[in-house]
Amino acid sequence: MGKLVRGKPVVAGEAQGEALVSDEPLSFWGGYDQHTGEIIDRRHPLSGQNAAGRVLVLPSARGSSTTTAVLLESIRLGNAPGAIVTNGVDHFFALASIVADEMYEKPIPIVALGANDFATLRSGQWIEINLDGTLTVED
Amino acid sequence: MGLKLTTSDQEQLAGARGPAARMAMSITVRMAEVCGAETLMDITAAHIDSSLYQGDATLEYAERLTSLGAKVIVPTTLNVSGVDEHGWRDWAVPPEWAVKARRQMIAYQSMGCLPIWTCAPYQTDQRPKFGQQIAWGESNAIVFANSVIGARTERYPDLFDICAAITGRVPATGLHLTENRAGQLFMRLKDVPRHVQEDDSFYPVLGYLIGKVAQDRIPVVEGIEVTPSEDQLKALCAATTSSGAVALCHLIGITPEAPTLEAAFQGRAPQQTIEVTMSELRAARRELTTADGQKLDMVVLGSPHFSLAEFQKLAPLLAGKQRHPDVQFLVTSSRLMTTLAEQSGCLEPLRQFGGKITVDTCILTTPMLYPEIKVLMTNSAKYAYYAPGMLNTQVVFGKLEDCVRSASEGRVVRDESLWES
Repeated sequence: MGKLVRGKPVVAGEAQGEALVSDEPLSFWGGYDQHTGEIIDRRHPLSGQNAAGRVLVLPSARGSSTTTAVLLESIRLGNAPGAIVTNGVDHFFALASIVADEMYEKPIPIVALGANDFATLRSGQWIEINLDGTLTVED
Repeated sequence: MGLKLTTSDQEQLAGARGPAARMAMSITVRMAEVCGAETLMDITAAHIDSSLYQGDATLEYAERLTSLGAKVIVPTTLNVSGVDEHGWRDWAVPPEWAVKARRQMIAYQSMGCLPIWTCAPYQTDQRPKFGQQIAWGESNAIVFANSVIGARTERYPDLFDICAAITGRVPATGLHLTENRAGQLFMRLKDVPRHVQEDDSFYPVLGYLIGKVAQDRIPVVEGIEVTPSEDQLKALCAATTSSGAVALCHLIGITPEAPTLEAAFQGRAPQQTIEVTMSELRAARRELTTADGQKLDMVVLGSPHFSLAEFQKLAPLLAGKQRHPDVQFLVTSSRLMTTLAEQSGCLEPLRQFGGKITVDTCILTTPMLYPEIKVLMTNSAKYAYYAPGMLNTQVVFGKLEDCVRSASEGRVVRDESLWES
């Protein structure tokens, strides 16, 4: 049995996948390749990793206000993370998912955790995201 | 407390102003719930970054809105687009990209937005006023509006800025409200000499360091003893939101809301206090450079877009010189500033030097560079921060004079004297 982590369903939905975790924020504009899902910010610890279909765990989006457009395009192309988990509510990720819902009826789940729960997540864990925002985490 | 909508908000949501306003209001209401806002509020101007073509999704979004009859209801300006509308053929821009990026430009113009096509809207006659409630996209412009002018905007992302312009309403939250504008992080400059503070290259370096430390907090910076020019502040603001997610940076004595520390923190205690010495600034400056040799393919200036004052500063540096045949020289700017620079005689030395100008967009927002370009040099922290990931180039950060000298000699040369002392 995995452990349960209670989060806030910022954009509700279900998904599961392998966790890709960093404690550094990421700008998707200049940091995420919408055509492949690779993280391309060469100053970011996850540089070179592929986040497509995975549960991407980041404190927040960094910097550029174009992050939303890049995430929307990656959702349209099928190269987005399966879900995004943040430390507190991140408005940019939420907006991209809401617009993906309005445009394509394809939102991805966005879940906000408290700082203590956020700090327990590790890359490689298997995370299942439930509609109510709870996470089931298996090592 | 849930979100309370006015009758007029509810009418927009029900479609009384047409289907585009209904879609924009639906997104606005969902975002207001995400933000935990209790009401929506009016904004009186908008600046739209959504005009930037980033692939089919952004174009489909724009054309969905226009097909539904979208019209903006407040004065609205457009940020950079995905293509230099009339100049893209000189570069590596694929024609199909140019066609789609241009369609996206037309879509936003047809909604009634002003096509100023610049990431420095605060240097046009659409500059907002102190205290004005606005909905701006483009991260550098957001920081400038909040920190230098004292206008009030949240960090509006692409796709949402246009919703605000169509509905005239935003969630009453974040930096629109006085209580959320208090400083959180105290950064005190210590023993940073005046001659360093007078140098243009101090500002992008300091901004990069502020963003890196502050991330999404509101920094308060004390110790700027000179009166920075508007373009120096522009460079600082752009850097803070490349390395971080800064939306408001209180510069004591410069930011209108921060005449004193007490005012900047609204009487509260800082969460954290950090001293910034030359040692931290030197390290920050080093981080902006990723190339380690003298090889150089291109010098690029103008992120945010070059202003008339910057053209006027550049022109005499170029006079009587020519770029090395192996090094390209590019300035990115707006049509307005380029026209003014032409009228003031600043473009002729640039042409004689062998330099080029791109308008409407920049090297990060249109695929214009040929793959042979491997090493860039720039005086912009924003270009320096993003180029390695987005363009797969190496980058050298240097001051304007070094950029010109390097382009002319065909190899990277930097005057280190300011930073070594």
